[in-house]
Amino acid sequence: MNPAVLTGEHFMTGDVACAEGALAAGCRFFGGYPITPATEIAEQIAERLPEVGGTFIQMEDEIAAIASVIGASCAGVKSMTATSGPGFSLMMENIGLAACTETPCVIVDVQRAGPSTGLPTQGAQSDMMQARWGSHGDYEIIALAPSSPQDTFYQTIRAFNLSETYRLPVLIMSDEIIGHISERVIIPEARTIKTVSRPRPKGRKDRFKPFQPGPNGVAPMAIAGEGYNIHVTGLTHDEKGYPVMTVEAQEEMMTRIIGKVSRNLHDIIQTESYRMDDAEIAVISYGVSTRTSLAAVDEAREMGIKAGLLRLITVWPFPEDQIRKLAERVKGFVTVEINLGQIHYEVERCAAGKAPAFLVGHPGGTIIPPDSVIETLKTAF
Amino acid sequence: MKLNKQQTTHPLDDLLRIDRIPHIWCPGCGIGTAFSSCLIAMKESGIDLKKTVMVSGIGCSGRGAGYVNLDSYHTTHGRAIPFATGMKLANPELNVVVFSGDGDLFAIGGNHFIHAARRNVDLTVVCVNNFNYGMTGGQVAATTPYLSMTTTTPMGNPDTPFNLPLMAYASGATYVARWTILHARDLTESIEEAILKRGFSFVEVLSPCPINYGRRNKEKPIDTLKTYQEKTIIKNDAHPTELGIDFDRGIILGKFVDTNLPTCSDRYDNTCRPKDLFEEEGEGI
Ligand SMILES: Cc1ncc(C[n+]2csc(CCOP(=O)(O)OP(=O)(O)O)c2C)c(N)n1
Ligand code: SF4
Ligand SMILES: [Mg+2]
Repeated sequence: MNPAVLTGEHFMTGDVACAEGALAAGCRFFGGYPITPATEIAEQIAERLPEVGGTFIQMEDEIAAIASVIGASCAGVKSMTATSGPGFSLMMENIGLAACTETPCVIVDVQRAGPSTGLPTQGAQSDMMQARWGSHGDYEIIALAPSSPQDTFYQTIRAFNLSETYRLPVLIMSDEIIGHISERVIIPEARTIKTVSRPRPKGRKDRFKPFQPGPNGVAPMAIAGEGYNIHVTGLTHDEKGYPVMTVEAQEEMMTRIIGKVSRNLHDIIQTESYRMDDAEIAVISYGVSTRTSLAAVDEAREMGIKAGLLRLITVWPFPEDQIRKLAERVKGFVTVEINLGQIHYEVERCAAGKAPAFLVGHPGGTIIPPDSVIETLKTAF
Repeated sequence: MKLNKQQTTHPLDDLLRIDRIPHIWCPGCGIGTAFSSCLIAMKESGIDLKKTVMVSGIGCSGRGAGYVNLDSYHTTHGRAIPFATGMKLANPELNVVVFSGDGDLFAIGGNHFIHAARRNVDLTVVCVNNFNYGMTGGQVAATTPYLSMTTTTPMGNPDTPFNLPLMAYASGATYVARWTILHARDLTESIEEAILKRGFSFVEVLSPCPINYGRRNKEKPIDTLKTYQEKTIIKNDAHPTELGIDFDRGIILGKFVDTNLPTCSDRYDNTCRPKDLFEEEGEGI
């Protein structure tokens, strides 16, 4: 029997590292449905959860999987599911339920090329806008993009911590390449891993309002069976959790669920800069495409092109301020992503005409070769 | 309107969110009766109400979760059962009661029902079957009788309705019963048994929707109740294949399945974390 935290040096895929990261973060429920290239996450965690006192269930479809995850989280257990494009599409309605009911949960999308069944075994980064806007209505969501198995391990822990801190669904936007690549992963000792659990209510049960925000905008969360007699609904509700069908209640609730993210951007947004100090061209990338971009930046520098890389670890919420500030000083932006322009348009929006924005994209199925990036760096400016 | 204190108390007050009354249900609707049967059953069963949860989907019946003064979850259309499954598996100490409508549980959510029954997840599912989609204005459901009128079958329903107890039985439910809201006492007893049953239990409640279903089928509320009295027979242990809905031939009510099988959690524990394996290896290192 293995412990929850597999301390040591391993050689593992991004998918397996994701499962191990989840266990290290305290995940004890996984509701899943098989789909390439995310299946290995379910397979790994199906074997591991029972030995650490958790529960795995393969549900009848992805809608059931995400619903079971939200239910398990409401019962007080850190919960997760993992899927790819077609399953991600099926989960959308209930991701909105988790956002509206402020239920922490982690959803992994190991992206493959779409639309529809697309290229099931080949990578892409084309669900990025769906991650942001896939469920109906306005809401805020957090999405992280890991760029290696080691990073997947850490980002999965961070996803749980953010989801528990802010009581919302957090998405891990991996991709087939990161999911399937095998690399060295170092898992530290359990006591050095920082894990966070949702804020819990104290005090008088009869006066408790389940959606009354605390100081950072997040309400303490009562779980089923604690005796708070809470009501939780996907209808627009007040701080008591009761449905209220008014324009005012809608505005109040939306301010609350959006404010949790917009007021805490400093904590949520993480980026990484490489050779940006004197950069004249900012390459923007995330996930697997970061690796392409790193190689391209180095090569460009050798050719005398002053390029730097801004890697988005947190993709949503989008680091708008950083891009705006960069737009004041760089000659332009080049966004590298395996799709036909998703984050690119965000960069362009934030650059607001102050610096031109170019896309190095690809419809999916393979990584972007560094040469394509260099070509754009050479010709566009 | 001012009510005096006497008028405002009711034996179920402690189980109701009084501050949410008036409820949304129409005059003559059967959901309220099904709902109070469910609350009485919860109370009389003697289960720990602090550990009892109601989960609903979307629909008029799905509003049940909004009125019960327990931890209550009003989820998405069709997904009450998988939500409840996650909840129950994550904390097997909870008593989880799903209260929802026929459209919610058997059209959009039908797949979840059969799988939860197959796995024998220890849930109690109470389905208010009013033969149509009440909330959205009376469209055809998977339970609408052949040739009945609904807004989306303006010439009459060309399709055959589900026999819900048969589906529950065939899928592996360990408790199956059917009553109408007119049989409130039997219904309450059944829900109580269902709650106390360890395993997947299903209680179908035939219930009038005078506003949408009754009106379009030229059935006054009182006619519906008369049908429930005159066109039903109680036949406990009837074979589930006899339980199709056909008001001309008569409808069978009763308790049809009541058996004991290991639950989903029992099987998971026995298969995936057998005690001997865990103890042995735990001691070894
Ligand atoms: C995904 C989705 N599709 C459609 C609807 C609209 N809708 C709300 S309630 C309902 C039908 C409810 O029927 P039933 O479960 O029989 O409940 P009743 O109102 O009859 O009690 C529908 C289709 C919805 N809320 N969500
Ligand atoms: S529409 Fe029908 S089911 Fe809904 S509350 Fe009214 S009578 Fe009841
Ligand atoms: Mg109905």
